[in-house]
Amino acid sequence: MKTVEVAVIGAGPAGIAASIEAAKQGVEVVLIDENNKPGGQLFKQIHKFFGSKLHMAGIRGINIATKLLEECEKFKVKTLLNTVAFGLFEKNKIGLVNEDRKSILQAKKIILATGASENVLNFPGWTLPGVMGAGALQTMMNVNRVLPGKRILMIGSGNVGLIVSYQALQAGAEVLAIVEAASQIGGYGVHAAKIRRAGVPILTSHTVQEVFGNDCVEGAIITKLDKKWKPILGSEKKIKVDVVCLSVGLTPLTELAWMAKCEFIFIPALGGNIPMHNWNMESSKKDLYIAGDLTGIEEASTALEEGRLAGLAVAESLGYLKSKEASKRKAEVRERLIALRGGPFGELRRKLKEPFMQGDEIKK
Amino acid sequence: MKTFRVENHPILGKLKKGKKVKIVVDGKEMDAYEGEMIASALLAYGKRIFRYTKRYKKPRGVFCAIGRCTDCVMIVNGVPNIRTCVTPVEEGMKIETQKGLGRWR
Amino acid sequence: MSKELKFSGVISEEELKKCPGYPSEERFKKGPVAVIECIQEIPCNPCEAACPFGAIEIGEPITNSPVLDEKKCKGCGVCISSCPGLAIFTVDISYSKTEAVISFPFEYLPLPKIGEKAKAVNREGKIVTIGRILKIKKPPKNDHTPIISLAVPKKWAAEVRSIIIPQNEKERK
Repeated sequence: MKTVEVAVIGAGPAGIAASIEAAKQGVEVVLIDENNKPGGQLFKQIHKFFGSKLHMAGIRGINIATKLLEECEKFKVKTLLNTVAFGLFEKNKIGLVNEDRKSILQAKKIILATGASENVLNFPGWTLPGVMGAGALQTMMNVNRVLPGKRILMIGSGNVGLIVSYQALQAGAEVLAIVEAASQIGGYGVHAAKIRRAGVPILTSHTVQEVFGNDCVEGAIITKLDKKWKPILGSEKKIKVDVVCLSVGLTPLTELAWMAKCEFIFIPALGGNIPMHNWNMESSKKDLYIAGDLTGIEEASTALEEGRLAGLAVAESLGYLKSKEASKRKAEVRERLIALRGGPFGELRRKLKEPFMQGDEIKK
Repeated sequence: MKTFRVENHPILGKLKKGKKVKIVVDGKEMDAYEGEMIASALLAYGKRIFRYTKRYKKPRGVFCAIGRCTDCVMIVNGVPNIRTCVTPVEEGMKIETQKGLGRWR
Repeated sequence: MSKELKFSGVISEEELKKCPGYPSEERFKKGPVAVIECIQEIPCNPCEAACPFGAIEIGEPITNSPVLDEKKCKGCGVCISSCPGLAIFTVDISYSKTEAVISFPFEYLPLPKIGEKAKAVNREGKIVTIGRILKIKKPPKNDHTPIISLAVPKKWAAEVRSIIIPQNEKERK
């Protein structure tokens, strides 16, 4: 059985940032991912990121990903791809499987950065080929360079729905409408503005009633909702589409944290059941750290910072980073996290995440 | 032949295709490109139905595109339940629309 | 129904009046100027660093809306491609007796050609007039954000913010 100092599970922005931060201090890091290449959702993000210079604002997600991977190589992070971490066992043992070969990896510290998966909306016709997650459309267009269809209906006006709609236009598709059940647009006004300039209607207080087609999506019926979110009879409209995208939120992928018997808390606004952590990103289980969307649905920029925090904490805990220096660096990251959670869009997340960032103790 | 491929993209630039490979889909020969996923190769030609469910024989296709939901599985080289969205094409690959849970051949 | 940005995706006249990145009428008359249509408090500040004349201020916290210093702003347009939200434009109503020039980011293909006529759209994506493509700038530092300069009849200067996107052009032909 192999032993390693730090195992990071999940090579998305949080996992990569954690690996780099720890490896910079000289820690031996193994970065594990079930996909055939690292980067998580970053390689689908062809738009320029928000934030400040420290958050790499103005740089496209794909280029941030490339920079991070270069740093991973530079600091000799060992990467295990096409490798599924199927279980977390007693005393930090990780069950791994790669092409039918199973192995157990013993790690002194584990950082879980397994991200999230897209939510689903049920309506008649939801299983027809052509109905897919917004992330699926994004993967197809931006990574695989294929359009699954030419006439798209987007359900959900959060930042994912708005950005993916914009990217669908850039790929040459038509977006017939974005429907949003709430009475206001969920994502940033500037994202909505460029979509509107392109002639795409954003229909608030609307939802999809059904999707129909012989054996794949041929059209959808959308309907207006009243103040109680009930469909208004007679307001139904039929639109001809061949792709219906669901952008209705994300839920953290928490299986390994459950297996490890971490303490959880239920916070719907952060995605549901989330494992708790302290300000060092350590979970309720000693030597098990967590970072990124796993700890609550936010953004790539917060995932990067949480990953950095976990990486620093792990390096300090293993003795590679002196307490004074570690405290200084961790304080800088925590400041940046607070800045990212500023403003009305971040307010709720800031309030919900604040109790976790109070100190070494995990507050209930 | 015009496909659903995004040949030129305002951010990603011109599409750089790998080596051309031949795959056989439900008995029909098709061109694909080395390095692309089976699902993409099929969607490029507008093929969207990948399998039919066991009981009600409903059509299914790509849903999550990242290998998590298993809606896109097909029979590949005789082996059923292969997630086509995360499996790259290979020269001479035989791909079949899966009916139900599939059978080993 | 309220026509505010958060309900429609289109910034309203009232919101524009209060917008600290929107120049005054006097400043518009003096020549090219940046128009920063960014009113929500989002943690974001690349435009501040992008301006070579220090005409954009955000400061701390970075959720502050950008404030335009009309005197310092030369309307050079360097800030346009720095905005991740594509919310910055330049407007020059002094271009000629009859025309104003709007410069805007356009991340679509195919790009129009210089000298061509183009259908100019307002913030709702509605075609309001026909413009002329004067310039298309795509320096590498813009990182794939081309800036198009479009001449339009003066009366549309406050409304035109883009041209029709290619796939809509095909439809309406």
